[in-house]
Amino acid sequence: MTAYLIRRCGTSVIILIGISIFVFGLLHIVYPSPARVVLGPRASLVAIAAWNAAHGFGGSVFAQYWHYVDGVLHGNLGYSFKLNQSVAALFKERWLLSAYLSGTSLVLSVLIAIPLGIYQAVKRNTAGDNVSTSLAFIAYAMPDYLLYLIAIQVFALTFKIFSYQASQSNSLITVVGDWREMTLPIVCMTVLVLAGYSRYMRSAAMDTLAQDYIKVCRAKGLPERLVLFRHLTRNACLPMITLVGLSIPTLLSGNLIAEVVFNYNGLGLLFYNSLQNEDYPILLAYTLVGAVLTVLGNLMADIALTVADPRIRLA
Amino acid sequence: MASASPSSLPPLDITRAPEGGEIGPVRSGWRLALREFASNRLAVIGVAVLAFFVLLCFVGPLFYHANLVTSNLNIANSPPGAGHPLGTDNEGIDVLGEIMKGGQASLEIGFLAAIVAIVVGALYGAISGLAGGLLDSALMRVVDVLLSIPFLFVVLIVAVRYGASVLSLSLILGGFTWLVPARLVRGEVLSLKVRDFVAAARTAGATPWRLINRHLLPNAISVIIVNVTFNVADAILAVAYLGFLGFGLHYPNYDWGDLLSNGTNYMLDGYWWLIYPVGFCIIATVMACNLIGDALRDALDVRLRRR
Repeated sequence: MTAYLIRRCGTSVIILIGISIFVFGLLHIVYPSPARVVLGPRASLVAIAAWNAAHGFGGSVFAQYWHYVDGVLHGNLGYSFKLNQSVAALFKERWLLSAYLSGTSLVLSVLIAIPLGIYQAVKRNTAGDNVSTSLAFIAYAMPDYLLYLIAIQVFALTFKIFSYQASQSNSLITVVGDWREMTLPIVCMTVLVLAGYSRYMRSAAMDTLAQDYIKVCRAKGLPERLVLFRHLTRNACLPMITLVGLSIPTLLSGNLIAEVVFNYNGLGLLFYNSLQNEDYPILLAYTLVGAVLTVLGNLMADIALTVADPRIRLA
Repeated sequence: MASASPSSLPPLDITRAPEGGEIGPVRSGWRLALREFASNRLAVIGVAVLAFFVLLCFVGPLFYHANLVTSNLNIANSPPGAGHPLGTDNEGIDVLGEIMKGGQASLEIGFLAAIVAIVVGALYGAISGLAGGLLDSALMRVVDVLLSIPFLFVVLIVAVRYGASVLSLSLILGGFTWLVPARLVRGEVLSLKVRDFVAAARTAGATPWRLINRHLLPNAISVIIVNVTFNVADAILAVAYLGFLGFGLHYPNYDWGDLLSNGTNYMLDGYWWLIYPVGFCIIATVMACNLIGDALRDALDVRLRRR
């Protein structure tokens, strides 16, 4: 098992190196050097060359790449010359807010998807299964923002229960306290993530239900409650672990849309504003962060799977 | 045979299989898959819905002539009624006509992106799987790297920097969605390439290119077909996101996402006909693609048959 984990971590490191090359390459192509913008249109070529050399935009591509990687490893994600702030500082102000929104939705969706998927599989082709599966299918095929806007229309404008925009505070404690503002974004994101998860959970539970050991459990007279909770759930949840690790890019994209619709001051809104300003250092730094999170998520999912599933541990 | 069996048993009827199942006429795998597909009610609905929208968007404008060029502010934001079955938008342009034109772009991007993704993915996966060894691991690590990158972010960055057209969006979306098909086709090829018919083809002197084209990809076709439908759905949704964020096609070109995004500006005014018809088009088309994909997977996967 140790050998497996070491091999798995080694692969992750290789993928991280590949990601750094990709992101640096893209940055290099779309944003060769901001010297002209920073120094002004009348700057001399000498001044531009000197500025480039001082800020890591001079020399060969390899030297620039090394400068970039060196910076990233030391926590320097780049510098936004448009906002005149370091990208790391911008992220530091906002990441907790985004983590709260995505994290709460993720946890809620997993907690609902597991019982829901098992319910759908056990009650297959009954009215309850058909209705919930159809709703999941519709939510899965819906552009995120349409659901958000319908929810705003119904719950914030027609019935004034919740607020139509998310909390505008920058402090996490205040944001968590503002439940009227945060309910709509969190619930809607949960519904969208849940739509994807419950489909997988339903088919995983159906596969597990068809296994012989479930028949054995029933044949030896175990109450259905024990069959489902003790024997089915644990095995049917295994694919969920991988799925959560794999769904991080989707979660980040979903966060982007949700934060734009609800005007929530997290990383997604920062990304959207940077798109409009064509502020490439921020855009690519967020892409890099997202990719690294995905790799770490997959790694953690695989490690969790080895802990949860002895068949992998012993193989 | 009859003499070997005990005389107490009736003589063996060779038109019946041992368990009593009847032997029907032998059908090809494709015919079986087609029958399985057609017996899936949801799949047939999916095909009908998709066909309806393709006809509506590409054939509809031949019969339904709407003025999509000049604005007429006198009739701006008028609700559905005579002359404008789905009302007019904020410039007095007919919504049904806009949905047809926007749908052309959405569907074209969806199908083009899926074709790009499938062609690239299938070839890449087949080459990787057939080559094996170091080249295979290197090629698959590239797929791992690209799969880790949130593709919507990169699509947005490229669209902002280089502008968006139907062709460029299809290429970008296709360029980021070939990864899953590549993995699946590689998996298929890995299991196919050790079979006897591939060895026979090799012995007969087939080049690797011919192996891939004539022997490996045709046998992996079910995986490929299933993925096309999901890719179409994903591409249509991704374009709708680009349109909503304002980085989609440039006017006078637009897709369903642009229309929906424009309509949401008037949500507070109660102009529902700017939002729900086009929203319904997106959801119905994407759902139809997903239903077809699910049904194709069930029909083509022999293991799932008769479940």
